[in-house]
Amino acid sequence: MRELRRIGWWGTLLAALMAALSATPAAFANPYEKQLANGLRVIVKEDHRAPTAVHMVWYRAGSMDETNGTTGVAHLLEHMMFKGTPSIGAGEFSRLVAAAGGRDNAFTSKDFTAYFQQVPKQKLEQMIQLEADRMRHLNLDPKEFEQEIKVVMEERRLRTDDQPQARLFEQMGAVAFQAHPYRVPVIGWMNDLEAMTVQDARDWYERWYEPNNAFVVIVGDVDHDDVFRLAEKYYGPLAARPLPARKPQVEPTQTGTRRLTVKAPAELPVVVMAYKVPVVRDVEKDVDPYALEMLAAILDGHDAARFSRRLVREQRLAVSAGTGYDATSRGPGLFYLLGSPSEGKTPAELENGFRTEIARIVADGVSTEELARARAQLVANQTYKLDSMFAQAMEIGQLETSGVPYTANKRLIEKLQEVTAEQVQAAAKKYFVDDQLTVAELDPQPLPDTPRRRPAATRH
Amino acid sequence: MKLRHLLSALCLCLLATLAQAGVNIQHWVAPSGVRVYFVENHDLPMLDVQIDFAAGTAYDPSGKPGAASLTQALLDLGAGDMDETAISNRLADLGALLSTNVDMDRASVSLRTLSAADKREPALDILRAVLVSPRFDDDIFVREQARAVASLKEALTRPESIASKNFWALMYPGHPYGVHAEPEKLAALKRTDLLDFYRSHFTAARAIVSIVGDIDRAQAEALVQKLSADLPKAEALPSLPAPTLPKAGEKRIAHPSAQAHLLLGLPTIRRGDPDFFPLLVGNYTLGGGGFVSRLMKEVREKRGYAYSVYSYIMPLAQPGPFQIGLQTKKAQVGDALKVTRQVLATFLAEGPSETELQAAKQNLVGSFPLRLDSNRKILDNVAAIGFYGLPLDYLDRYTEKVEQVSIADIKAAFARRVRPQNLVTLIVGAE
Repeated sequence: MRELRRIGWWGTLLAALMAALSATPAAFANPYEKQLANGLRVIVKEDHRAPTAVHMVWYRAGSMDETNGTTGVAHLLEHMMFKGTPSIGAGEFSRLVAAAGGRDNAFTSKDFTAYFQQVPKQKLEQMIQLEADRMRHLNLDPKEFEQEIKVVMEERRLRTDDQPQARLFEQMGAVAFQAHPYRVPVIGWMNDLEAMTVQDARDWYERWYEPNNAFVVIVGDVDHDDVFRLAEKYYGPLAARPLPARKPQVEPTQTGTRRLTVKAPAELPVVVMAYKVPVVRDVEKDVDPYALEMLAAILDGHDAARFSRRLVREQRLAVSAGTGYDATSRGPGLFYLLGSPSEGKTPAELENGFRTEIARIVADGVSTEELARARAQLVANQTYKLDSMFAQAMEIGQLETSGVPYTANKRLIEKLQEVTAEQVQAAAKKYFVDDQLTVAELDPQPLPDTPRRRPAATRH
Repeated sequence: MKLRHLLSALCLCLLATLAQAGVNIQHWVAPSGVRVYFVENHDLPMLDVQIDFAAGTAYDPSGKPGAASLTQALLDLGAGDMDETAISNRLADLGALLSTNVDMDRASVSLRTLSAADKREPALDILRAVLVSPRFDDDIFVREQARAVASLKEALTRPESIASKNFWALMYPGHPYGVHAEPEKLAALKRTDLLDFYRSHFTAARAIVSIVGDIDRAQAEALVQKLSADLPKAEALPSLPAPTLPKAGEKRIAHPSAQAHLLLGLPTIRRGDPDFFPLLVGNYTLGGGGFVSRLMKEVREKRGYAYSVYSYIMPLAQPGPFQIGLQTKKAQVGDALKVTRQVLATFLAEGPSETELQAAKQNLVGSFPLRLDSNRKILDNVAAIGFYGLPLDYLDRYTEKVEQVSIADIKAAFARRVRPQNLVTLIVGAE
């Protein structure tokens, strides 16, 4: 629900990891919704501040729906969605969006795959037409596939293999989860990419790209009735098809601390402690996920929150220290404590520092002042987020894919506001236990010498 | 979350130079001497204020790279009667967001706050203190210096950071744009270096204030005077020197990464240069237009050599770079470089086709409303106009300037600005 806070230069990494899970519930003035006969839901939020619109299609199919041997296929298919249909040639999709003065992109997460265009509002109809076309009529040409799988492997090299912290999180996911598919990286294991075929992509497309497994979100300077008519015109003719059963794949209870180490070229060690925690499943009855959100804010919600103030500023144990938690996701939750020790301090000392901070919460609780501060930030963010149409559309989509109705967004904020100091303390006591903990450590390796200083022995 | 073309999205941001008809920018010079750019907008009950100083990394004193960044980092870590914890706690209590940023030319301090007076005024008081009475406490200086050194050492293990640092050094030999922080020099800085830098660079004469949001003109004028009246006074400093163009050359640096990082480029134009529009429109076809660019088609789509490949023009206070970048697995560095150079050479020789030119204009003109559809975007654009002294009607005339560009203009501008004899190439991680 909230972006990671204050974690220094590796914010990008965690943001990438967590962004899919994060969405701060908003106060909507006017979401309108209509469900087409084929099951497709269309959600429209009118925002008349500027003559633009954002159009998104969300599919309930992410890497958690993949099976062994074809990991990465959700993301690969996302790439292939730009490779044409019988009526739109390969690469034409992006050309048409560009010609419309638009920007487009797509993203795949563990929970979903989503596509979007930001356009001048007059071009919305064309975008709906284009998305509806590729919802059913994708070409999946073997030659295009052969090139694109290489691009995806380069993407993996760029964003995972050569990023020490990304590798750390990839390995940690694979250790923290053993049965649940959250153990698999979204981009897929390299060997699965090497062995992937166009038929794998086709199977994935046939299985999940259906109007009854998707929803559309449009935010912008539009009239909702007009949008519903356009949606009916273009998406309406696509017949619903049966979806495969989704297996629950519940993660067995963890019964002891798990530890792992990743070695990679780097300067600073990194420590990540990940505790198994719940996420929102029942907006009204749940308490703990809200308490954990507020705990995250108290530990790491601003520059003088506990982790930064005590671990970085006062004790100088860490050069950076932060948390990560998202209360809304399709799969199971993790609460991360993460940081890099200062020079002369060890990862073990930082881990101990994190444990001490948690122990203080368990023993002494949190102050009403800290809770009030977290609430104030929550309230202000409700206004700030209205500055971006894109952010508003993202929030609707992320809530929906996590199984929380977007209409519950106000209730989510209220539930967060209602959290008491006792609830925060109780949640810390209940969930921050060693048996539910995975600890991952990045063990930095020095860079080899540059060629000029390379010893002669390496010549052969 | 995997973005299909994250890097090209970033490039769009870099290129998202200023556009929009209908943004009414009010401009005045405050009694303090600070220049002000104000866009009144009451749609949302919030306010954005940004102060940009000519105090970027290019102004690092000779032999003291890192001084500008470290000065900026300490501004909000103790000011007036507030220590760092008080500043952060008060901002959080108000729901206000204070952020700082440094690039080559600019040091920026930004505040986002709710516009209700009981939130806005205390938040502005904190911003004022940060600007006019930063403490640079010795103890905090020592701590932040150590963190900055650690962070820099970490960055210098990464191929992308190594590439960037060495690429700028290659493009700008002997020029401030080519000097980057080094751990040893950063560690040798003294607290007095920061104080000196602050006192000489954070003056009203070197500052512009940009304001977007829910206040009126009278409130804006009062706000600016409050923020800027007590800024340091100092003698004017010499402006940045113009760079001399480098000689073409190629440098390779080893790295154990899976991919090599390739950068090609050279210094081109200042902000406000008339060649900007032909270069902008032409670069759209070459490597700026995301998936419809020639580089993307040839390097990625046809051959699968790279996930990200782009080119952009980044005008600065002094001539900023034209840059091409890509990453590819080590074994195919030679092939990818060859294709990239061919695409560039063909483009320099022939320019875009008529169809490509029209496509570029269609996008640059058509996407115009997207460039200013939030307060944040308006603020970014207004701040750039103010800082670089662009005409106030810059946004109003943007699409017209794009429309006027011809193929001949593009070829001539590229011939003037992107000369092969000055193009440097850097490869980190080649086999």
